[in-house]
Amino acid sequence: MPLIEYRDALNQAFDEEMTRDENVVLMGEEVAEYNGAYKVTKGLWKKWGSKRVVDTPISEAGFIGMGVGASMLGIRPVMELMFWSFAAVAWDQIINNAAQVRYMSGGLINCPIVIRGPANGGTNVGATHSHNHESFLANIPGLKVVCPATAYDAKGLMKTAIRDNDPVMFMENTLLYGEKWEVPEEEYLIPLGKADIKREGTDITLIAHGRAALTACTAADILAAEHNISAEVIDLRSIRPLDEDAILESVSKTHRAIYIEEAKPFCGVGAQISSMIMEKIFDELDAPVLRITSIDAPAIYSPELEKRQLPRPLDVVEKVLSIC
Amino acid sequence: MATAVTTTDFSKAPINAKLSTEQKLKLLTEMVRIRRFETESLRQYNGGKIGGFLHLYNGQESVAVGCVSLMGDDDHVITAYRDHGHALAVGMTMNECMAELYGKATGCSKGKGGSMHFFAPDKNYWGGHGIVAGQTPLGLGLGYALKYKGLKGAAMCFMGDGAVNQGCFYESLNIASLFEVPVVYIIENNGYSMGTSLARSSAFKSCLAERAEGFGMAWGKCNGTDIYEVRANVQEALARAHIESKPTLLEVSTYRYYGHSVADANHTGGYRQKDEIEFYKQNHDPIQHYKRRLIEEGVLTEEQYEQIDEAAKSEAAAAAQFADESPVAGEETITQDVYFEVDRQTEAGRTGKHFFND
Ligand SMILES: Cc1ncc(C[n+]2csc(CCOP(=O)(O)OP(=O)(O)O)c2C)c(N)n1
Ligand SMILES: [Mg+2]
Repeated sequence: MPLIEYRDALNQAFDEEMTRDENVVLMGEEVAEYNGAYKVTKGLWKKWGSKRVVDTPISEAGFIGMGVGASMLGIRPVMELMFWSFAAVAWDQIINNAAQVRYMSGGLINCPIVIRGPANGGTNVGATHSHNHESFLANIPGLKVVCPATAYDAKGLMKTAIRDNDPVMFMENTLLYGEKWEVPEEEYLIPLGKADIKREGTDITLIAHGRAALTACTAADILAAEHNISAEVIDLRSIRPLDEDAILESVSKTHRAIYIEEAKPFCGVGAQISSMIMEKIFDELDAPVLRITSIDAPAIYSPELEKRQLPRPLDVVEKVLSIC
Repeated sequence: MATAVTTTDFSKAPINAKLSTEQKLKLLTEMVRIRRFETESLRQYNGGKIGGFLHLYNGQESVAVGCVSLMGDDDHVITAYRDHGHALAVGMTMNECMAELYGKATGCSKGKGGSMHFFAPDKNYWGGHGIVAGQTPLGLGLGYALKYKGLKGAAMCFMGDGAVNQGCFYESLNIASLFEVPVVYIIENNGYSMGTSLARSSAFKSCLAERAEGFGMAWGKCNGTDIYEVRANVQEALARAHIESKPTLLEVSTYRYYGHSVADANHTGGYRQKDEIEFYKQNHDPIQHYKRRLIEEGVLTEEQYEQIDEAAKSEAAAAAQFADESPVAGEETITQDVYFEVDRQTEAGRTGKHFFND
């Protein structure tokens, strides 16, 4: 299987879906002639031209809203936010329009849009550029939220997201764009709402999404090698819809769980998962469900300190040892 | 997007005619200091000492220096992420700015803000803002507060040519005109927003500033090559704010020599060509232009210029050394400076849980 970069896996997904469906349009700041700020859309403008790959002015509320409106009439816009942090400028279009139009029209209108881009800290770009909006957006009924951790997942989930008839918030990671994974040459799709067991284990379940799933895998390797602890790693991949069964099944087997995420703790995805485990399989638990998140403060710029702000594999190991 | 050839002699404008030799040399020195600071920070960035983004101001120095040179006690400044020039112009030290780029405790924001987020409220400098056009309503707010307090001041709000397409900017223009807020919006039109030329990003009649017309607001356009021209135009807008409490939208043509940020490798041979950059360096460089002018005026000699340049170079090198030798703040500082009440341990700060790390 070829090893390809996360960004190229996404690029392939766009290209394949644009070939399959003439209504798929890529849009955003610098996505066309500049090949994307992070080169995710590289070569696509050259191949598909200005009708299918569109550079927009810096007007997030305007062009995201335009995508929402166009999707109501059957276009399938794949909208790039150069950073998910800039979604704040377009919040009304996403939260009041994309998420609510189906409900308020009694199901008459749907909104098959994908809004995508990187949503992560860890690159020393400071508080305004390092937001993780996943729990925020998953809080809104009507939106779907996807956070792939690998190139394989990114491609399969993107193709599904583009075909999905609801608004999908697709969150990537600038630290992963250049990482490589095996991606099959033949076509595949990954359903939204299906978690992936990234490591099998018996002693504890580490649940995570996005890059934190990779942190959990590294921690699981250390736990196996140095502490004789067998950790199962569940990567949610999609946060809403959520694969509850995968979590409940795993925790029923291991009886211990920790949620790891790079977002902030308050009302985070981990808080939702922890409450769900407690409500549904309380008797299976041998320890409280714990959470590891970024340190609860705005993203610090200082390269030295930001390293410390995000969860590291050793933070996971330490937390695991506190309950195993 | 070639800038218009200057025809008027702006040295005769009253605001420039009254400049002393010392003041003229200061204008030049400030521009040179900014350029040397930026060049040094680029070197340190390439040496791995600085993280994140670095948006350099080289080529645009006349705008920040010209505008700031007109500030009185109650005039204020706010800008976007290309903010080092404005910071130095208002009097922030190279040391605190460089240390901020290094993420050190001695930085102007203790290493918390980084390149895009410099602040010095004690010098009427309100940042340093990373979200394109996010500062434009804030500039309006500064002007509003000045008027509310009955002060004869103005807020100068800087922005790029790409920022003019954000909705909050138009909301601000309307409110500024409607409420008669003493704010001066200054578009630093360097021809590009990242890799997108002005023509590919903005629809307009004659220029961007003309968009103010629809709000019944005064507007103007000038060339940034000549710092005297910048000063003459901005002075008019400041007077309008001070005397009539009315806003202005000004557009200044300028040019950036480096990429959008240091990571923008595309900027020569990609969206623009090397000879275009050379053309601007040769014909529109604000420092060279002003240097020639001062030599003509008999206020400056080549030797003096060399001294100014050398001094700025060593100041920047010393700042890099200062930053390098400065400590990184402790981990415990990550959760400081989030809430005023918690930092001060007031009653409010001691009531209820504010942080959720445990
Ligand atoms: C809301 C928002 N969208 C996009 C960006 C990314 N971005 C940063 S600067 C920039 C270009 C802005 O160009 P311009 O306003 O002309 O300012 P210049 O960089 O030329 O000084 C873009 C797209 C951002 N920081 N904020
Ligand atoms: Mg610009």
